[in-house]
Amino acid sequence: MDADRGARLRRLRWHCRRALLELDLMFQRFWARVGDDLDADGEAGLERLVAMEDHDLWDLVSGRRETDDPQLRSIVERLRQA
Amino acid sequence: MNVTKRTFDAVIVGAGGAGLRAALQLSESGLKTAVITKVFPTRSHTVAAQGGVAASLGNSEEDHWHWHMYDTVKGSDWLGDQDAIEFMCRKANEVVIELEHYGMPFDRTDAGKIYQRPFGGHMSNFGEKPVRRSCAAADRTGHAMLHALYQRNVRANTQFFVEWMALDLIRDAEGEVLGVIALEMETGDIVAFQSKATIFATGGAGRIYHSSTNAFINTGDGLGMAARAGIPLEDMEFWQFHPTGVAGAGVLITEGVRGEGGILRNSAGERFMERYAPNAKDLASRDVVSRAMTTEINEGRGCGPNKDFVLLDITHLDPKVIMQRLPGIREISIQFAGTDPIKEPIPVVPTCHYQMGGIPTNYSGQVVAPRGSSMSVAVPGFYAAGECACASVHGANRLGTNSLLDLLVFGKSAGETAVEDVKKSTRAHKDLPQEAIERTLARLNRLDTQKDGADAHESRLAMQRTMQNHCGVFRFADKLKEGVSKILEVQQDVQRIAIKDKSKVFNTARIEALELENLIEVAVSTMISAEARKESRGAHVRDDAPDTPERPNGRDDTNWLKHTLWFKEGNRLDYKSVKLTPLTVPTIELKKRAY
Repeated sequence: MDADRGARLRRLRWHCRRALLELDLMFQRFWARVGDDLDADGEAGLERLVAMEDHDLWDLVSGRRETDDPQLRSIVERLRQA
Repeated sequence: MNVTKRTFDAVIVGAGGAGLRAALQLSESGLKTAVITKVFPTRSHTVAAQGGVAASLGNSEEDHWHWHMYDTVKGSDWLGDQDAIEFMCRKANEVVIELEHYGMPFDRTDAGKIYQRPFGGHMSNFGEKPVRRSCAAADRTGHAMLHALYQRNVRANTQFFVEWMALDLIRDAEGEVLGVIALEMETGDIVAFQSKATIFATGGAGRIYHSSTNAFINTGDGLGMAARAGIPLEDMEFWQFHPTGVAGAGVLITEGVRGEGGILRNSAGERFMERYAPNAKDLASRDVVSRAMTTEINEGRGCGPNKDFVLLDITHLDPKVIMQRLPGIREISIQFAGTDPIKEPIPVVPTCHYQMGGIPTNYSGQVVAPRGSSMSVAVPGFYAAGECACASVHGANRLGTNSLLDLLVFGKSAGETAVEDVKKSTRAHKDLPQEAIERTLARLNRLDTQKDGADAHESRLAMQRTMQNHCGVFRFADKLKEGVSKILEVQQDVQRIAIKDKSKVFNTARIEALELENLIEVAVSTMISAEARKESRGAHVRDDAPDTPERPNGRDDTNWLKHTLWFKEGNRLDYKSVKLTPLTVPTIELKKRAY
């Protein structure tokens, strides 16, 4: 992996530090399972996901709210499966 | 290594409720103000606060700040300082209405006033009956509060340093605080922030426990920095626990589950609460349920391969009731316990929730420490507010909805005091002592060059397990004693942690190691303070200090009506008296805390 991508993934990993424990735990498991193997589409989806507010993000991740956006749906599904 | 210097009138560390409220006071007064924060401000842990903020507005029924003060003193089990508690309760209406004017979307009554709901421990007429005192914005009060305060700060030109981690206080030989040294995560650069006022609002350190409701960012950074700079930590033995966190995860299972008919069971399937609270059973108060659960686990009736949790059973409920009334709980259980509660019970343990102790302050937000013959002398240039501080308003136990109030009142108060101090100071910034900067650089260098060191993940786990097993919700003399030696051993490991990743940009391994260096100070102070306090009071409950007629609830006012002060140097303990004299009203006299 090139240095830029490594730095980008570490930055993304830090952005997974959240205000809610529920989300911290979901992201922790996600990184343990996916780690540096995250593909470009997954990376793009995750970038968009972590830009959300914590409560909205939890609603999405916990299935209380659905999204029609295929990229977000895919990353949420991977998060839930982890 | 060359360290860049940046100069401000005031630097605030932490951008949760207390930090943002303090920053606003400084920026709106025209001072050049910086806020240093590990995460974007609206991702601070204040977001997780749902219950509301207490204020005796009396919008729904008669209420009075003096009644609120009585409830808070009683809740604190008389360890709270009555001057600070009067100050907070009297200021509550002002800070809540200010927040309303900042655009906080409080729930409303039909008449358009702020809607108020009842909350545990808040009563009218000096403990007579429950009163509606909590002001909330649906179940997102903390979130709405942070947004209102952040937007107001942007308007006031507060300068935010987002994704920066403060590493150490800069304190000179006279004891004056002159700023902080911080790490920019994006570049790995180290910068000295020089300021006339330094305010810590870094939140709690609930991550010292294995089971904690706290988010991962709650690593007690302010407490670690204060301890390393020679400031004592006050009343660190007092931590509030919630009885039902998911075992191994910490995520809260609301009391509503037991309200809907949930039953706690031990390894034999027994509904053990029938033995501890024959009438209330599973609906007994939080401390009674937590202690009963701990006793079951300690006496070998816990569940699972390690016999270290009990079960919360709702399998007898109609699945429709679970789906309709407890849908969030089903999702939490599936995600974090791996069990569908419709089919299997949920593994639960008492879980750390809130830190009552912290950096000692007075009600003006100044950090205070012993000097000469006085136990509470203001440390020049240093202020603290919120969960990292100990004013002390929560004493030995905090009432729900008083934490958000604490953030607002003492954030504002610390800000006001800092403004006054900065404006009356006529001299330029003092020079920064090079040796303080060198100490931090040496700490970083040690971390980067350590060979054959300890593993951060394993050391963190050892700390969390030691705290959970030896200094949990129900405490035992022998376990505490053993806990002191064990946590000091873990501390030795933390001092020789090594990291493999030496990169500069967003090196999360380095950040997590630095956080652990802060957490361990909190863990050691907690264990040592708890081992020494030979009574039960509020959240500190010892098996060898039971409820007797001479010592109701095990509380020993003759010997222990005093605040603990722990000093890092030599792990020394000292004690200072509780302020029993309020500002304007008579003392709320000692009596047994019973509800």
